[in-house]
Formats: sequence, C-alpha cells, structure tokens
Amino acid sequence: MADSALARAVRWDTVVGALLIVVLLLSFGFVDGFGNALNLSFLIGNTLPIALIALPMTLLVVSGEIDLSVASTAGLSGAVMGALWNQGLPIEAVIPICLLLGVVCGLVNGLLVTRLGLPSLAVTIGTLAAYRGIAQIVLGSDAVTDFPSPYLDFAAGRIGDTFVPYALLPFLALLAVAVLALHATPFGRSLFATGANDEAARFAGVRVKRQKLILFTVTGLMASLTGVFWALHYASARFDNATGLELSVVAAVLLGGIDFDGGKGTLGGAIAGVFLLGALQNVMSLGDVSAQSQIVVTGVLLVLSVLGPRVARQISAARAGRRTASAPTP
Amino acid sequence: MTHRSAKDPAPVLALRGISKSFGAVRALRDVSLDLFPGEVHALAGENGAGKSTLIKTLAGVHRPDSGRVLLDGEPVAFHGPADARDAGIAVIYQEPTLFPDLSIAENIFMGRQPRRALGRIDHRATRTATAALMHRLGVELDPDRPARGLSIADQQIVEIAKALSFEARVLIMDEPTAALTGSEVARLFRVVRALREQGAAVLFISHRLEEIFRICERVTTLRDGALIAGEPLAGMTEEDLVRRMVGRELDELYPKQHVEAGEVALSVRRLTREGVFTDVSFEVRCGEIVGMAGLVGAGRTEVARAVFGVDRWDAGEVEVAGRALVNGAPSTAMAAGLALVPEDRRAQGLVMGMSIERNIGLTGLRATRRAGLMDRGAERSRSLDWAVRLQVKYARIADAVSTLSGGNQQKVVLAKWLATGPSVLIVDEPTRGIDVGTKAEVHRLLSALAADGVAVLMISSDLPEILGMADRVLVMHEGRLTAEIPRSDATEETVMAAATGRAAA
Repeated sequence: MADSALARAVRWDTVVGALLIVVLLLSFGFVDGFGNALNLSFLIGNTLPIALIALPMTLLVVSGEIDLSVASTAGLSGAVMGALWNQGLPIEAVIPICLLLGVVCGLVNGLLVTRLGLPSLAVTIGTLAAYRGIAQIVLGSDAVTDFPSPYLDFAAGRIGDTFVPYALLPFLALLAVAVLALHATPFGRSLFATGANDEAARFAGVRVKRQKLILFTVTGLMASLTGVFWALHYASARFDNATGLELSVVAAVLLGGIDFDGGKGTLGGAIAGVFLLGALQNVMSLGDVSAQSQIVVTGVLLVLSVLGPRVARQISAARAGRRTASAPTP
Repeated sequence: MTHRSAKDPAPVLALRGISKSFGAVRALRDVSLDLFPGEVHALAGENGAGKSTLIKTLAGVHRPDSGRVLLDGEPVAFHGPADARDAGIAVIYQEPTLFPDLSIAENIFMGRQPRRALGRIDHRATRTATAALMHRLGVELDPDRPARGLSIADQQIVEIAKALSFEARVLIMDEPTAALTGSEVARLFRVVRALREQGAAVLFISHRLEEIFRICERVTTLRDGALIAGEPLAGMTEEDLVRRMVGRELDELYPKQHVEAGEVALSVRRLTREGVFTDVSFEVRCGEIVGMAGLVGAGRTEVARAVFGVDRWDAGEVEVAGRALVNGAPSTAMAAGLALVPEDRRAQGLVMGMSIERNIGLTGLRATRRAGLMDRGAERSRSLDWAVRLQVKYARIADAVSTLSGGNQQKVVLAKWLATGPSVLIVDEPTRGIDVGTKAEVHRLLSALAADGVAVLMISSDLPEILGMADRVLVMHEGRLTAEIPRSDATEETVMAAATGRAAA
C-alpha cells in the first residue's frame, strides 16, 4: 500500500541505513585514503568489536534491559587470556576458559537482575567497575603480546588484497544467527512483548526471567569473545583493553533505532548504526581528529540517537493519525 | 426539569453544532448540548460513539472543526486544558493521577500554595482551605494524609476538591464509578448531589444504566458521533435508553443456556497465599459458568493470578483435568488447558503498541512455529480467524491494538485466549468499561463456550452479570471463600450478605 510505504519511509532504521550509504559515498568521493581496500579492511576490523557486542546488546535492549559491563568483561577476558598464556597454557585451552569466564560474568549480571529484581543499569555499572578491577588484579600493568602467529594473523589479516578481514566471516555467521533469533523465532517475538510490557508478556506465558537470564549470559559470552578478538587483533592483552567500548556499543545500538525503553527496533538498524559510527570514527582518524574529540562525537551521537528515533516516530505517528484518525476511544 | 426552571434558565455551558474529524473519521457530527447549573446531565453512548472526543472538546484538549462553544451565552475558544480550567470547567477521570508522596492538601494546591513572607508555603492555610473544601463536599478526609494508599474513590474526591478550589462550575465525570464499590458509589453520589445543590453543572458518563437513572435528570445520547437526543430521563426506561444508544433492539443481555455440568475441570484445594487469601477450595466442572463475587480487594483477582501461576501460592494445590499444576508457572498452566483473561487489559492483557495480529499470536508462539522459526502465515491465519470469529472491528489486522476502542480491545484479549483452545477459562471482570452491546456479545460467547464444555470461572463486580450468567456463585470476603450459592438461591441480598461478611454460609 502506498501510504504504508510512506510511513515506512520515515522509520528510523531506514533513515540510519540511508545515512550510512550517504556517509560511505561522501567518504569515497571526498576523503583521501578512504576508498582503498586496506583502509576499508581497517574500518571493518576496528568496528568488529562494537558489532560483535551490539548483536546481543540489541536483543537485551529490545527486552528492556541493558548491560554496561560488556567492555569490562572483554577487558577481563583479555587479561585472563594474557595471564594464562604467560603461565604456559596452550592457546587451545586458554580461549575456551576465557569464554567460560564471560559466561560466568554474564550469569552474575543476569542473576542479580532476575533473582534480586535489581535494575540492570545499576547492576551493570557496578560490575563494570568490578570486572575491570579484577582484570587489573589478574594482569597488573603487563601487556602480553606474544600470542601464536596463526591466531594473530587470523584476527588482524584480510583475505588476499580485498577489503574483507578474515574475522568478518564468522561475524556474518553470528549476525545471521542473531537476526533469525530476534526476528524469526518465537523467542525473539516474546522479547519484543517483554520489552514493551513485561507484565502482559508474563500473563501470556512468556518466561520473562529465564529469557533475560539467557540474554545476559549470551551477552557475557559475546563480550568475552570480543575481548579475545581484541587482544589478538591488536596483538596486546592488557587490563584496560576495550575501555569505554560500552559507550560506542550503546550509542550505535540506540543510533540504529533500538528504543531505550524496550520493545522496538530491528537488528538491521542496529548494525547500520554500528557501521555508521565505525565509518565516522575511521574518517575522523584519517582526518587526524584526536581520540578525545572522537569520544565527544560518540557522545553527541548517543544523544542524537535517543532523540532521532523519537522525532521520526512522532512524524510517522502524525501521518498515521491523519490517515486512520486516532480512533476515538470510549 | 424542575431544577432548571426553578433556578437560572440559561445554560452555563453550551455546544452548538460541533463537528470534529480525525482524518476520514468523523468523530462528532453537528452535536449540540446544554449544561444547566444545578443539573446532572448524563452522556450515554457505546464505546467509540464519540463521548471521549466530546469531553476533550469541552475540556479544551481538542478544538472543534466547526461549531461554537458558549460559556454563559458568550462564544469562547479554548486553546488548551488550562483555558478550560480557568473558565471553570473541570474533568474528573476514572483513575486520577495524584502525586503519591504529597499530602492531599499539597496535591490540591500544587503549584499555587498560599504563601507567607519570603515565599514560604503557608502549610496551615493550605490545610484549612482543604478542610473547608472537604466540608463543602461533606466528606471526611484528613488533609495531611499522603495520597499514596488512598483508594481510587478517595483520589476522585481529592480531584473534585481540587476542581472546586478552581471555582469550577462545570464538572465532567468520565466513568467515575467504574472502579468503585457499592458504598463508594453511594458516597460519590452524595458528593455529586451536594455539588448540584451548590449550583454546579455536572456531566456524568457511565456505562451503568441504573446509575444514570439514579443520579441524572437529563440525558444526551451519542451514536456514531451524532446526537440522538437531549431529553429528560423521567418517564424513560432502561430499554428506551439502550435503544437510543444501540439503534436497535438489544438481544438479551444475559443469554444463559442451561448445560449439564460434566467432569471436574478445575480443582483448587486449600489454596493459600499468605496475607492475601486463605484456604480457598472450589471446583469448576465442564460446561459450568461459576461466578466469583465479592468486594474489590476481597482477594478474587489474587486467587485467579495464583491459579494461573502469575503469582506463587504458599500452600494448597491446583489441578486441571486431574493433573496438578506447577506453582508459579503460567506456561505449564497454559499447556494444561488453562486460560486467564486478566482484569486490566491495558496493563496485563495486551501489549498496546503491538499489532492485533501479534497480540493474538503471543499465546500461540509454540503452536505456530515450524522448525523452531515463526511461521508468519500460520500466525496470521490463526489471528485473523479468531479476530473474525469474535467480530473485532478493525481497519487492518496489522494495526496496533491501541487504535481500537475499549470493547474491541477486550475482544482481542478474549481472542488471544480462546485461540489456545482452553478447557478452563478464567475471566476477570470481562465486561468492565465496555458498552452494553459488546457486553451482550461477551456474555453470549461465554455461554456458548460453556455449552461446548469449557469450564468458565467468571470474576465480576457487576452483580447483575453474576446473577444473570452464573450456574453457581462463589463469594469471597477478606481473603476467604465465605459462601457457595446455587443459581436458584442467588439474589442480590444473599450474595451481598456473604460479600460483606454479614452471613456465613
């Protein structure tokens, strides 16, 4: 229908997707050094940590929760990875241990939220500090760099001379799983219900607590996977790896149109938001914008991303209102 | 009527030829209305007839597309609710919104407290003024009491007092009695009569016809946005009024069929939730409609929640068709064939921003999946099927349920649960706040379900509904089951006696 296509045109995730394309086209045209394959592979590789965590974060925010401890979980996993590698454990044992640790971190968040009924914002600000503190205790100020080169090559390399980093391939597989989980399974459907009205979801037989516990646990797992990837990608395991990454993830997810109050959004929008943020950071780096200024831009984007979707929704609500007439109630 | 001719014959507030459209929908068509001082005027009409739009036009929320609003005979244009309030028009909503941590006096004078030197709030003057307002209303409420913990009835009184403090001459009461008990309604009516004696004009909206006849002098009926009549109630019967609202003869309101009760479908034994309800035992058989009566707060809803598993119970057991249910697990209760249509459809029954299709689909996520994924086609046809069977009126099945009228929202909740094919259906206040036509449809549906062998437990505060529909009446009082009355012995007197704890059966 023509008018519903019109309404869809102002959906925020479509806006972000269009914005991403515009930014990419402008960058190809006007930013020196942007369009070559090597820079594009850097762009993608540097954005992958944000993208990896954004997958479960999107599901979590849709269900009405948030996890701000993800960057600390990633840092802790990197630190434990470095410490165990220093102890002489084989990398094939170290990585599973780190992932298991991420599961535990996520489980702790999930249990505190679901069993004690605490707000996730408060719980995960607490564990943000705690997990980072443990990371420092584990590794101190050491930096571990001598991981086996096949692993380093995989995490930092690209396929031939193309713009495709090796690591993009497993990410795409995970993205497909996440898209299916959120948009094509009963589980995903019930997440939207929970995020919009968790009491109504509970009355419809949705096991809200179990659902949230699963999400927090998966988020912990993905955060630790990101921590492992980070240490290998930058060939450096330090306790302060990925510090502040949660800001980028939350900014990107909200920028992609996931409603902070839960119940609304699409993974496509969230991933468009992630790569929009990644592209902007890349362009700023090429333009010698300092890291501090880049954080300012991220912060501004975060505010805009909360604002933008609301404005878009008001516009489309106004259109819908003119179309169907806000049906008169009793 | 006599009130009018004895006092000022000029209407304090009048609408002349008001029309209002939202897009293609004409919510109001050429509506005229006169409100006279010292008169209680009823506004009747089905859900979606335009009552809300009319109220919002009077209250300055909507501006009419055409027509005039006359205040004391002078045309006025309200640019917002504050304009209407300053003109002496106040709206009392069904569920007031007070600041819970402020006292009654502070709520009434919020933002315009009497001041002492240096701009300090004069608490004593605030309190005295509040006490004076309460005295005018003839109600005893301590001005220092915090709003938190006040009953809805008391909160409404606070809102009315607030309206008086603004020198309101026109009070619009939008379904004020929907959530009140019998004695609270009686007190509200005393207050309304006091307001009438003091010369206020009251516009009273209610779905309960007997209340309209009890308190109002004249009635204006809206049907599909158009005015049917603004006429005296004296000499009119309930049937006359219903015909004006519905535009046709109404089918029987309580179409109860006689069904032979079958096997025990739901068995609740010695169920206790500490501090909420105690030692509740009852059975519901296939084909039976069992009514559950009692005052608001007697524990009926809480028993239903525990049986369904939304809350945990502390002792006792629940069986559906002989199989024990797990404590605190709605998903297993659903799997056993239990369905609960909850009391509050907006908070518990529906996800308001979600589509009709997906709201109905929410109870069928297991049933409509294929290889672990959603089968959207199956979901759509299941939802469409039930929306059509229950005659939900909607534009598109993908529209958000928030766009539907209250009665149609309730039908969506029913559709959502009937789609699970329950063997035991618990309905909690199934017709609260819905119009008389839809109400009859819901009753017919419940009756047909029972005839098909479904065991129905119907919680209701609407006594005629209980008496008209139930094969047996269970009565709760203060967390205990105090009586079980067969249909033949159930009367207003026997049920109310048990509900108020005056008789033990």
